[in-house]
Amino acid sequence: MFRRPREDARALVRFTFDGAPLEAREGDSVAAALLAAGVTACRTTPVSGAPRTPYCMMGVCFDCLVVVDGVGNRQACLVPVRDGMAVESQRGKRELGA
Amino acid sequence: MSPGLRDEYDVAVIGAGPAGLAAASLCARAKLSTVLFDEQAAPGGQIYRGITQSPLADRSILGADYWAGEKIAREFFASGVQYVPRATVWSVTAEREIGVSTGGGSRLLQAKHVIIATGALERPFPIPGWTLPGVMTAGAAQTLLKSSGIVPDGRTVLAGSGPLLWLLAWQLLNAGATLDAILDTTSRESRARARTHLPSFLISPYLLKGLKLLRSVRKRVRVVSDVTQLEAKGDARVQSVAYATAAQGAPVGMPVDNLLLHQGVVPNVNLALSIGIEHRWDEEQLCFVPVLSPSGATSVPGIYIAGDGGGIAGAQAAAWRGVMSASDIVRAVNPEAARRAAKAARTTLEHFARGRKFLDAYYRPAPQFRVPAGDTLACRCEEVTARQVIETVALGCPGPNQMKSFLRCGMGPCQGRLCGLTVTELIARERGVSPQEVGYYRLRPPVKPITVAELAELPKDDAAVKAVVRI
Repeated sequence: MFRRPREDARALVRFTFDGAPLEAREGDSVAAALLAAGVTACRTTPVSGAPRTPYCMMGVCFDCLVVVDGVGNRQACLVPVRDGMAVESQRGKRELGA
Repeated sequence: MSPGLRDEYDVAVIGAGPAGLAAASLCARAKLSTVLFDEQAAPGGQIYRGITQSPLADRSILGADYWAGEKIAREFFASGVQYVPRATVWSVTAEREIGVSTGGGSRLLQAKHVIIATGALERPFPIPGWTLPGVMTAGAAQTLLKSSGIVPDGRTVLAGSGPLLWLLAWQLLNAGATLDAILDTTSRESRARARTHLPSFLISPYLLKGLKLLRSVRKRVRVVSDVTQLEAKGDARVQSVAYATAAQGAPVGMPVDNLLLHQGVVPNVNLALSIGIEHRWDEEQLCFVPVLSPSGATSVPGIYIAGDGGGIAGAQAAAWRGVMSASDIVRAVNPEAARRAAKAARTTLEHFARGRKFLDAYYRPAPQFRVPAGDTLACRCEEVTARQVIETVALGCPGPNQMKSFLRCGMGPCQGRLCGLTVTELIARERGVSPQEVGYYRLRPPVKPITVAELAELPKDDAAVKAVVRI
């Protein structure tokens, strides 16, 4: 659970997560935007199906893997969120072609 | 793919933390053609994360040490270096051919010199439940604060040991967050062992700052000392943390919404190991560290490692270690500038080296937090438990590379970054040998996952095509 600062001069960005409309700020990574929006799992693991959320926020743990605009296996902590972006949770392994 | 990239550079720097920024600046100012690749969208690395774009207007939140990064970033932008953000270097060969992915496409280029400044990552903290949503590293919470001004909400507990844990607590409090507790895992044994290094720590630059920080945090947060056991509990996300202390054996539960873990940082060795650079186990820092000359030259000619990737010495030292490596390269074109830079770097590095041994010893993580037991996950990606690793050692599996074949640990997308040290130390303990003897995962390029399509689209010369195409 996280909250944003009261004052944030950065521009508003609108994106979706699993189809639900969410708001972020320009300069947020997708991972930061998801955490600030209260998302409880950005992926499930390929082995046991356990839910995961971003763990390291610096590109090393790969627990923030999501599907961004149809492309799977994207590290949400390394992708800046953009207006109109469609982010989906990644269920298990990346589907080929996604 | 980034336009305007050349096929050849005098110097390629990897990583835009203090070491990389300082090294690239010096090389570019000496008129060497210099390119810097960094994975993030903006410079700063982790320690100065968001330094050019942090939304935090109040500078007292992150503190003066953080904002010192502004000067390094400014000098970097003024130096004439070609800066390529959002670029993932996935391969460097011993011949200094670099494979880099930008904007979904990859290319190869050649550098006369390579400075690896990929820094450190937080040491794995394999406790039961450390994969639950709601559990993250202290560094991750710090990144959220620095780059987006986001702070934990709800019941928040910090657990672990080390300077960064206290710094984060201080910064979060400054930002208006409420912390329910700090569960301090610094062990009595480590504190006792650190005493021999006390004299040099007393005259070090860390003492006053550290004490001030500790006092300020202790006044505002409940601190539980001598924590000997930790467990994150919950179903779909963390709901409580259970802990035991040296004084009181039975575990105590505490409800949490956020559990932030930290027990120090270790070099990010993946790229360097994949090149075949010699590393040794460092028994003081409990990690593998590259074998380096004073200027950061590795066992592979033309390749340097600067900053915490060469062994942990801290952010301030990192920039000067970058200067040391760069001056070694600059010497060929401008010996006077190189001499001056190296001299200043040596003096400053001596200053920042004072007291480090004390910090290493004092915050040496206790064995039970490094070497897990039972069903605790050692490998987060492939969900391999400590028990599985232990049982496989008993079958006669001697090292981490054989362990991959049995259990797939280290073969997930993180490529061992979050389990390498754990698996090595587990095997070493079970076999009763040193981690040096056990060794580390054998790493190969690509050191970051890229698609097969990206590889296939790389430009190929005639010889490469002839090697695989039958006529």
